[in-house]
Amino acid sequence: MEFKDYYKVMGVARDATEAQIKQAYRKLARKYHPDVSKEKDAEARFKELGEAYEVLKSPEKRAAYDQLGQGPRPGENFTPPPDWGAGFEFSGAGNADYSDFFESLFGAAGGRGRRSQRGFDTGRGGAERGQDHHAKIMLDLEASLHGGPRTFTLRVPEIDAQGRLVSKDRVLNVQVPKGILPGQTIRLAAQGASAGAEGTAGDLFIEVEFQPHALYRVDGRDLYLELPVAPWEAALGATVKTPTPGGAVDLKIPVGSHAGTKLRLKGRGIPASTPGDFYVVLQIALPAASDEQAKAAYRAMADALPFNPRASLGV
Amino acid sequence: MESDQQGSLSGEIFEEYAVLSVDELSRLCAVDRTYIVELVEEGVLNIVELDAGVVQVDASVWRFPGSALRRARTALRLQRDLEINLPGVALALELLEELEELRRELKVGR
Repeated sequence: MEFKDYYKVMGVARDATEAQIKQAYRKLARKYHPDVSKEKDAEARFKELGEAYEVLKSPEKRAAYDQLGQGPRPGENFTPPPDWGAGFEFSGAGNADYSDFFESLFGAAGGRGRRSQRGFDTGRGGAERGQDHHAKIMLDLEASLHGGPRTFTLRVPEIDAQGRLVSKDRVLNVQVPKGILPGQTIRLAAQGASAGAEGTAGDLFIEVEFQPHALYRVDGRDLYLELPVAPWEAALGATVKTPTPGGAVDLKIPVGSHAGTKLRLKGRGIPASTPGDFYVVLQIALPAASDEQAKAAYRAMADALPFNPRASLGV
Repeated sequence: MESDQQGSLSGEIFEEYAVLSVDELSRLCAVDRTYIVELVEEGVLNIVELDAGVVQVDASVWRFPGSALRRARTALRLQRDLEINLPGVALALELLEELEELRRELKVGR
């Protein structure tokens, strides 16, 4: 098991005051809150932070933790000492999803009064209806464009026969509804927690976000592609191959196009009763002047075209 | 949840069909209904206007679009995790939306 340096996690000294710890927590919590932060590991950081704060804000837990000294170096294997925790009383743990390290010291939070990972997921009046579960998934854009089956693995906290909190992987095959957008939710009826023999199971709500796409950017239902064209294709017009969600098409570049010219392929965005559009934004790509022939061509162009690209700047 | 592997499940897009009463929304968020009422009063949640311009004072006739669920849950998380009060939550949500919008424009306009 990995030793966790909670002081390091919170960025405070080992002799930090309660006020300093609280302040550090507030500051880092705002920074790494998964609803606020765009950083990839925000969720993990936030969880780790919550765990560190849970220990350091409680004088009992902190004192017990301090007894471990510096522990082994972070990352080294750690086993709690045999007399660990003697004389301390831990109660009222608030969060379900602690690390193994935390649980070896303070125990998995007991069943009562414990909140699930997201805190307020806990169902009410549980006898007749199981609690709803909420999950978040990253979806590829193609799943929304075409609909179809996708497989997801969700981590589900459960209480096992010994009353311990365990995390179980649950594999779900889901038919992704065509046209779903980031920020929307797939509701799977009766796929939440079961309610025993009598009641109905809760629902599973899956919040959808999109993975960044290699070619397209998403804005609402519209898709954007940056398409590089040669200077002469833009100036003289051309028909060029362009990828679209429905496959490659021949796209007509109008005469006199320039960098930033936006061409619209109507209705080729994300499907819906009024589907989004597909926009091609032109970029001018310059051939490298890498050999004598190319240099000569550029010189010929400079001679032939009286052109000041900075005319609008007044110079 | 007895089986780990199961057949293919289909679900619909919640936001496209769901219309929620205040009680349904509070049940889905597992909070007391007064909390949902507070979110409406603070302007964090918008109700569907049945009659344009008519202010519905009685919470029991309120109807919420499906998108209110995610918004309410985010508000709850922010309030609980960061210990901010309701006006603070409302401000944070507005700023987050603005940020999201700007990020999108930045990507699209590039």
